[in-house]
Amino acid sequence: MSPSSVIDIRGVTKAYGDRQVLGGIDLTLREHEAIALIGASGSGKSTLLRCIDLLVEIDDGDIFLDGEVITDPSVDPVEVRRKLGFVFQSFNLFPHMNVIQNVTLGSVHAQGVGRKEARQQASALLERFGLGGREEDKPDELSGGQQQRVALCRALAGRPRALLLDEVTSALDPELVGDVLDAVRDLKQEGMTMLLATHEMSFAREVADEIAFLHEGRIIEQGSPERILSEPEKPETQKFLRRLLAAGRI
Amino acid sequence: MKLFLIVEVVVLILGLLVAVVRTSRNPALFPIRILAAIYCDFFRGVPVILLVYLIGFGVPALGLAGMPTDPVILAGIALSLAYSSYVAEVYRAGISSVHPSQFDAGLATGLTRLQTLRHVIVPQAIRRVRPPLLNDFISLQKDVALVSILGISEAFRIAQIEAASTFNYTPLIAAALLYLAVTIPMARVLDHISAREQINS
Repeated sequence: MSPSSVIDIRGVTKAYGDRQVLGGIDLTLREHEAIALIGASGSGKSTLLRCIDLLVEIDDGDIFLDGEVITDPSVDPVEVRRKLGFVFQSFNLFPHMNVIQNVTLGSVHAQGVGRKEARQQASALLERFGLGGREEDKPDELSGGQQQRVALCRALAGRPRALLLDEVTSALDPELVGDVLDAVRDLKQEGMTMLLATHEMSFAREVADEIAFLHEGRIIEQGSPERILSEPEKPETQKFLRRLLAAGRI
Repeated sequence: MKLFLIVEVVVLILGLLVAVVRTSRNPALFPIRILAAIYCDFFRGVPVILLVYLIGFGVPALGLAGMPTDPVILAGIALSLAYSSYVAEVYRAGISSVHPSQFDAGLATGLTRLQTLRHVIVPQAIRRVRPPLLNDFISLQKDVALVSILGISEAFRIAQIEAASTFNYTPLIAAALLYLAVTIPMARVLDHISAREQINS
């Protein structure tokens, strides 16, 4: 385990019934690093992210956060989640709350920040991501891109050690993808540690320090974006990228 | 009317507790979950009039020390037990209708399971089940008339006595109007709240 690693994944497996979703994952995410998980639907990208945030229980292996094991039954999952930020593909904002309430809920009830301070921090975050003045709006009054940026603010409000992004642009109309990608790019430049599952290869190339290609629950190839996207070694990776290319997705 | 209001508050709280227990997935709560299921099955399956009778006459007959013997309180207990089981099922339907991803979102935000229920799931569930919840309250309002079998004078009983002594049935119509005077405004107020929510969202 390298000393600067934020998240360490060792031999993690997960099966749903007979279906093996993760077949032994090893991955290290270092401080300020961004790793993009790519792979076909059902390759286990989302499941891996959910396992790290302890939303899904792993079958075997260990996951460490800042060198401490988090997948042991003695660990309180709530404490772990308070140190991580998670952004969902379909936003999952709280529809009965307005924008600022969505962002401050965790600060107030999970992080124990005072209401007034939480509101100020949330307003600053929203302002930063182009949502100034939308504090009192309900999520369904916003576009998909705006909703996803609110979700990003909600995840950032807890000052996470690392951000887990699960296909954050997949549910968006193409013209709304850009705003969200800009926001993530900004965070990367700021040094945020990130693990992101994505279908956007151009985005993976630009933001990620490394790309890990998942195939049937295993990371079968990992390296710099240039190498993985230009000179993939494994036939599965080549096939996956060829398909994306044919579909005009690269 | 006072009885109705007290029972309504008890039912709202007790029903929610039962529903939360029944929808929990914590293995430690398994025995309570079974009890809650039995409770719902039992009290939904017994006619309210029978419950009022059983508790109203049965409990004092047991002669246990410390048990209430005031028929109004006993009737209130019977109605609360019966209606909490109906309302628990309504709440449960509401809780189940909230997408599980909302639970994940609450947990991912750093909330505990209980906080997620309190701030994320239950508020959305209640909004969805307001119309059926109101139906149950209109039923409850009417079933308050059942306490008359314990000898308590409420509107229906008074009207019945009056009609029996004079062979004039207008007092019964007056009693019906009295009930409608309470239930119709209740329905309209709720419609109004629902409509306002729709515009807002």
